[in-house]
Amino acid sequence: MGSRHSDQIPKNQAGLLWLLQMAWRDGRASLRRLLLFMSSIVLGIAALVAIQNFGMTLEENIAGQSRELMGADFLVDMESEPDEALRDTIALIPGTYLREVNFASMLSFPDREGTRLVRIRGVEPGFPFYGELTTRPEAAAGAFGKAPGALVDATVMTQYALRPGDSVTIGNLTLPIAASLVDAPGNTQVSTSVAPAIWIPYDQIAATGLIQVGSRVEYNYYFQVPEGTDLGAIYDRWDAVLDDANADMDLHTDTSDRLGRRYQNVGRFLKLVAFIALLLGCLGIASSVHIYMKEKRASIAILKCLGASRRQSLLIFLFQIAGIGLLGGIVGTGLGLVLQAVFPQLIGGLLPVELQWSTHWEPVALGLVLGVGMALLFGLLPLLGSWFVSPLAVLRVAERTPAMSNRITTAVLLLIFGVLWGVSVLLLERPLRALWFVLGLAAVFLVLALIAWGIMWGVRRYFPHGWGFEARQGLLNLFRPNNQTLVLILAIGIGTFLISTLYFTQDMLLARARMEDDRPAANLILLDVQAGQQESVAAQIRPTGMEVLENIPIVTMRLASIAGRTVEAIRADSTSTINQWILSHEFRVTYRDSLIPSEVLQEGEWASSYAGTGPVPVSLSDNVARDARVTIGDTLVFNVQGVLMDTYVASIRQVDWGRMQLNFSVVFPPGVLEDAPRFHVMTTYAPDTDSSARLQQALVRNFPNITVLDIRQILDVITDILDKIGWVIRFMAFFSILTGLIVLLGAVRTSKYQRIRESVLLRTLGAQGRQILRISAMEYFFLGAIGGLMGAVLALLATELLAYGVFEVPFTPSWVPFGVVFPVITLLVLGIGLANSRGVIKSPPLEVLRKEGV
Amino acid sequence: MSNILNVTQLRKSYHSGEKTLTVLDDITFSVEAGTRFAIVGPSGSGKTTLLGLCAGLDQPDSGGVSLCGEDLGTLDEDQCAALRNREVGFIFQNFQLLPTLTALENVSLPLELRGDKAAATTAKELLTKVGLAERMDHYPSQLSGGEQQRVAMARAFSNSPSLLFADEPTGNLDEDTGSRVIDLLFNLNAEAGTTLVIVTHDMDLARQCDRILRLKGGRILE
Repeated sequence: MGSRHSDQIPKNQAGLLWLLQMAWRDGRASLRRLLLFMSSIVLGIAALVAIQNFGMTLEENIAGQSRELMGADFLVDMESEPDEALRDTIALIPGTYLREVNFASMLSFPDREGTRLVRIRGVEPGFPFYGELTTRPEAAAGAFGKAPGALVDATVMTQYALRPGDSVTIGNLTLPIAASLVDAPGNTQVSTSVAPAIWIPYDQIAATGLIQVGSRVEYNYYFQVPEGTDLGAIYDRWDAVLDDANADMDLHTDTSDRLGRRYQNVGRFLKLVAFIALLLGCLGIASSVHIYMKEKRASIAILKCLGASRRQSLLIFLFQIAGIGLLGGIVGTGLGLVLQAVFPQLIGGLLPVELQWSTHWEPVALGLVLGVGMALLFGLLPLLGSWFVSPLAVLRVAERTPAMSNRITTAVLLLIFGVLWGVSVLLLERPLRALWFVLGLAAVFLVLALIAWGIMWGVRRYFPHGWGFEARQGLLNLFRPNNQTLVLILAIGIGTFLISTLYFTQDMLLARARMEDDRPAANLILLDVQAGQQESVAAQIRPTGMEVLENIPIVTMRLASIAGRTVEAIRADSTSTINQWILSHEFRVTYRDSLIPSEVLQEGEWASSYAGTGPVPVSLSDNVARDARVTIGDTLVFNVQGVLMDTYVASIRQVDWGRMQLNFSVVFPPGVLEDAPRFHVMTTYAPDTDSSARLQQALVRNFPNITVLDIRQILDVITDILDKIGWVIRFMAFFSILTGLIVLLGAVRTSKYQRIRESVLLRTLGAQGRQILRISAMEYFFLGAIGGLMGAVLALLATELLAYGVFEVPFTPSWVPFGVVFPVITLLVLGIGLANSRGVIKSPPLEVLRKEGV
Repeated sequence: MSNILNVTQLRKSYHSGEKTLTVLDDITFSVEAGTRFAIVGPSGSGKTTLLGLCAGLDQPDSGGVSLCGEDLGTLDEDQCAALRNREVGFIFQNFQLLPTLTALENVSLPLELRGDKAAATTAKELLTKVGLAERMDHYPSQLSGGEQQRVAMARAFSNSPSLLFADEPTGNLDEDTGSRVIDLLFNLNAEAGTTLVIVTHDMDLARQCDRILRLKGGRILE
């Protein structure tokens, strides 16, 4: 018989359908194990889909209700009373408008104890144009403004046991309460807890006598235009004109965009937590598929021997894993859509809008794609291993599969890294931050892998030959062929790392909050103290035994020119990179001779005095210097209420705005502003709520223009908000923890198939059940303890780095990761491991082998 | 009669560290189509290695194998697999059934691989022929050793191979079962007119073949 040319050999004809059929036939026998693979990604996907869909629902609702949130189509706002020219300009803007004046003030009730910081809104009747004013009694909303009467926030009504018909005093004005205000456009639980709103008729504002020098008053013109009007065109036509007059135009969509962005930030963090849960699950997939494919080598060799090509052998298992991923995606997505309904229960009043639930296709697609994609991605390396299985293994059981080339392994690892980065970018929308996130995780993987290798090497090198049989066997299992050390230490280590990091981070954030809470500093801040009131206010404070801790002078001013160019010129220059807000902002400036604890000198020299001639040396906060594009030595001209003042940038400070302390973006040296029209902020420390309340009451009675910020009260509100957000974070973290447990269960269950032959063999050779149990116990104890401990230690190091580098807080780690997470994980690994071995001990060896199909 | 298998100056060695172990050296022989050919020799003589090389499961260091007219040296792994699927059947000492497939699915497999629509019907006929009509839906772990080997035999004949390789087909079976399996193998072989290459160390079995190749220490004993 002569030789034929190889091209003539027809390829086998089995097509896609057969491959799918084979994937099902082979998979059905391992269905329980495959479902365990699946369950490890279900929760991560559910968490991600839930948060993603919830975020989109919220965004859509905010966008859909943006006119109702603003109460108008657009508004023109300014920080000082509009002059005639500006009023004329506003009158030219298309549409009808209603005016509002609002400011913070202290509220007292003639016949009640107690005072309260509130926001007074003097509103013209007819507002809001969109959305509803909900009052109790209902009729009061429609009648508002037609007769003197105030609408008082419902929480204040409850707090002071007020009823419609009672009186309320605002400055010099006393009004009857017309109704309790239940809801108004844009109200959230947060805004109403800090400063609940009191609505009074617009024309009554002057009668309060509260608008004085330094009062922070907002003047708003709410506009309504006919449906279909091009708001963009109005904005383009008028915004620049208004800017020149130090006024601003906001479209209703701007408000919703701003709100949306605020929730997006929280959403991003939550997505990251959910993604961590998914990653943990992926680790489970990787470890399970690794062992699963190892067991499938014999089958792959048979398939190849019978004529299956390498591609076909690979595809059978690839389809199997993709199918499991798809199933995980479907179940996870379904669960996620159900779960999203839980979020509003967790964060309650923090949401600005009523939610109309809807399912978005993007999160659903994300869930399904992530299910299939992540399963394949993390299963890819072991799946590709099937390509290299030699058909010769059918003749020689010991035939070793040639190791995959380093190039393929590296390519797959890079692919995983790239995809993880891509998904992180998708979730975080910040490529660089996403890169750091993925790099950090990769570093943890690497460190854990090195530890696992190090342990295997160390055990082999310094093997304790003197130990008893069981301990030796248990230890031997750590580095014998088919050992699970690397995979289990990685799974256990990463799981513990993630769970512990969540704990530690929470500790750190709490530590930061507490640091501010414990500071024996001022807890009452008196705003808007007029220059002439300083002494009498101090005289009011001292007899109560409290001290005036700080008396900070404040002068308001605007920038007239920056580095030699006038503000008008900069505005007209479309190529200027100077941030617009700088040009129209009313700066509240103080003067002092030294830095305060929340400030660090970044550049230049701190000027503690002024020589009296030449430009004044001023200090800018780093953000203002950056936005104004100025550096040390640049000149600035300030318009101090009509007087132009030449200054230059002498120093740039880094300011920790996060501290609950009065911080300033511009600081003058003493000896310059003393004669300018100014007002003061005074602070004092009230040792308890009673003395605080008494002082506030006396101050409000005698100085109605002064606003008192009670830090204690504000901290209560913040704590409440943090608690609620904390709940959401814990809820999401719970997914990670649960996923971690499933992965652990999966990894240990899978390891059973590795160990069962050996256990049965030992049993056959006469080993007693107790001995087999002890051997298993030793192995799983080592794995659990090493993985758990390393995970917790790495988490501690990572959080320390974060605390030191990012949050700059001394951080006392909680004992939970070491005292609870680590021992619980060790015991769990031990327990699951031992539970697996029990099957081997209870039944005769042959029966075990048959049942397990090995 | 033409040769279905030509082996020329075959050499195979394995490397273990710095040592090189020559398992087969200068092996040349041919097998005529339609004959029964036995390869015998003690353990470690290179029988199984030779079988692997003849079936294209492994590559020789030097020398050549021509199987059904194809020079295996010119084929890549997938082409070898396709050739096996078309022309070759296998029976192994440890049966090598896919544990996750039923007996019927195991037997259908080679036919399905070549896209044969009647795979299940042919497989059922073969399983009935080997006396396993009642156990078609059983998994390998639910079958005895003899039954598993009969499934393997049905699978080996399912693609009507030109050449059937049997590696110690009775090695894992007791004497009675073993001889029944061999009878069945020879009957099926005679019926199908397949060339049979048996690797065995059982001289009784070898003697039932048309030709015997004796191996020792990786070389052919003259």
